[in-house]
Amino acid sequence: MSSRMKNIIVPILAVLLGIIVGTIIMLITGYDAGAAFIALWDGAFGDIYYTGETIRQVTPYILAGLAVGFAFKTGLFNIGVEGQLIVGWLAAVWVGVAFELPKVIHLPLAVLAAAAAGALWAFIPGLLKAKFRVHEVIVTIMMNYIALHVANYIIRTVLSEKSDRTADVFPSASLRSPFLEGLTDYSRLHWGIIVALICVFIMWFILEKTSRGYELKAVGFNQHASEYAGMSVKSNIILSMVISGAFAGLAGAMEGLGTFGYASIRGGFTGVGFDGIAVALLGGNTPIGIILAAILFGSLKVGALNMPLEAGVPNELVDIIIALIVFFVAASYMIRIFIDRIGKKGAK
Amino acid sequence: MKKRKFGLVLSLALAAGTILGACGNGDKKDEGTAKDGGDKESKFSVAMVTDVGGVDDKSFNQSAWEGLKAFGSENGLEQGKGGYDYLQSKSDADYATNLNKLAREDFSLIFGIGFKLKADVDTIAKQQKDVHFGIIDDVVEQPNVVSVLFKEQEAAFLAGVAAAKTTKTNHIGFIGGMESPVIERFEAGFLAGIQAVNPDIKVDVHYTGAFDKADLGKATAAQMYSSGADVIFHAAGGTGNGLFTEAKDLKKKDPTREVWAIGVDSDQSGEGVVEIDGKEHNVIITSAMKGVSHAVQDISKKAMDGKFPGGETIVYGLAEDGVSLAPINEEVTTKADIETAVKEWTDKIKNGDITVPGTLDELANFKAE
Repeated sequence: MSSRMKNIIVPILAVLLGIIVGTIIMLITGYDAGAAFIALWDGAFGDIYYTGETIRQVTPYILAGLAVGFAFKTGLFNIGVEGQLIVGWLAAVWVGVAFELPKVIHLPLAVLAAAAAGALWAFIPGLLKAKFRVHEVIVTIMMNYIALHVANYIIRTVLSEKSDRTADVFPSASLRSPFLEGLTDYSRLHWGIIVALICVFIMWFILEKTSRGYELKAVGFNQHASEYAGMSVKSNIILSMVISGAFAGLAGAMEGLGTFGYASIRGGFTGVGFDGIAVALLGGNTPIGIILAAILFGSLKVGALNMPLEAGVPNELVDIIIALIVFFVAASYMIRIFIDRIGKKGAK
Repeated sequence: MKKRKFGLVLSLALAAGTILGACGNGDKKDEGTAKDGGDKESKFSVAMVTDVGGVDDKSFNQSAWEGLKAFGSENGLEQGKGGYDYLQSKSDADYATNLNKLAREDFSLIFGIGFKLKADVDTIAKQQKDVHFGIIDDVVEQPNVVSVLFKEQEAAFLAGVAAAKTTKTNHIGFIGGMESPVIERFEAGFLAGIQAVNPDIKVDVHYTGAFDKADLGKATAAQMYSSGADVIFHAAGGTGNGLFTEAKDLKKKDPTREVWAIGVDSDQSGEGVVEIDGKEHNVIITSAMKGVSHAVQDISKKAMDGKFPGGETIVYGLAEDGVSLAPINEEVTTKADIETAVKEWTDKIKNGDITVPGTLDELANFKAE
């Protein structure tokens, strides 16, 4: 079997295995698995409203997945997507509430501010990695906490009068659209999905069509060989982190300018950045794969909200299924061996 | 050859699909019959959306859910569609989806539990004008929304009196969740209560920044107890459970030590039980109870009778039985003393002789004579 075919089949099998094990868990714990899956489907696609909410949820997942996937192509593990997302969210809302401008200037400015903030937040771990060989996983995890608490502080003291949230962004900076809301029966679907899809194209274009992208991938495959070939490993590491962070910052802009329209004090992480790791992993770090994985996780998350009411199944079960899918993707080695076994038997 | 291998994998996938499909079909029938039995459109139904704490937070959300359950069983409603139910939010993004979902399932009255749901209740009330909403702990000015506020400061004031009468080290702690007007009312009332008994008592105030982080609550409590505080009050939802764990742990280590905690929202005395050498102790003096349960039932009842107070803001205080102090723990040596003091201050508050400060600014000007 070609490795290309395997790359497609492994994630699909992982999803199926995740669902099967999830079903078994439901049956063992005495829940109605069939009703649960029907409720899950209805909750994600059963009504135009839910479809709108699903696409809304898919939007930041695509961008978070791109962020993780892009860094991974250069051999970097960006765990800091969550923090970059939070600073992006903050920057977008800051620009959104600070002044009013014509929409053609204000909205792009707010979105770019988010990308710049995310990029800056990822630049620091990139620089530390390139200059001092500090492991990016550790630095990005720490930067997540710094982002969370600094953002809370700024929201409380600078962007509001000791309140727990900022004012709503001006309509000229908002991604929301009455047209899309009307189309989907008041869901919070916004134009961000277009931004996300453009970014998918950008990632593909950079990696596949530019010599810079070739260098980034080369560094990911083998740093020493790249250096020997005359590429600057350091600048490629920093650049990769910066682009990755920009994607993450944009994911924050989707939440700040689209879904919520404001920023609020949060007690913990949004989870979108961490789910982005799973999205990128399942999508094999490829642009199309990331879209598909984001659609899967987005519909699982939104559909899960319907499970307690329709089927009496706690929505934590979907977290278990997602965890299982991630497990099986990570353990794709097992699946590959299994496929090879079948292959050998067939060859006899 | 390649085709054959692919075929095997494909058939495997198909088989899995069929098994799942079979499950689905069988259950669809059951669901169908259940639906036929339960569908009565004219019936009153009520539901609530929790914040991220969930209905087992032993505090705010749980109290609201208990109110709904009590209302349901009183009026012969069943849990589920057309009766009473709840949806739990796992992140801030879920509030709108959950509220909308309940509105779409034709619940007559939907409560948003907690100030974090304010913005979403506001938006959705505008879109779903035929559905009645209730928001707890904040004000939404819409004709189909009733806003429910509590005078938390009055219950917290009494808790402060109890704390001041219990402390031996003259050092008390306060653990808050997130800084917000609601928690500020707790803090201001509590500090005023302590001040009314003994202005020289030292009070540590710390905000953990979260309502669902018991580990943070435990760490904060540990730090306060070790710096000399012997009574700690929390207004931090699930985070406060860490306070109880720490108090119980300290008590276990040294049963003679005086470590006390004060609960919040509902009577939390059940959380403070610790068994040492076969003897049961309880580290919780009392709880500043906030009648979310009472308010939820009260409003549901009004709505069912067709008297939904839409557009109004209802404030529940001591005088309205909306807030109160739970019974005092038997183990506290100064129990009788506390009870007399609490009784005295309760009367003063109810008669309007004193107004308990609801903000820190008001507290600065507060004088209890």
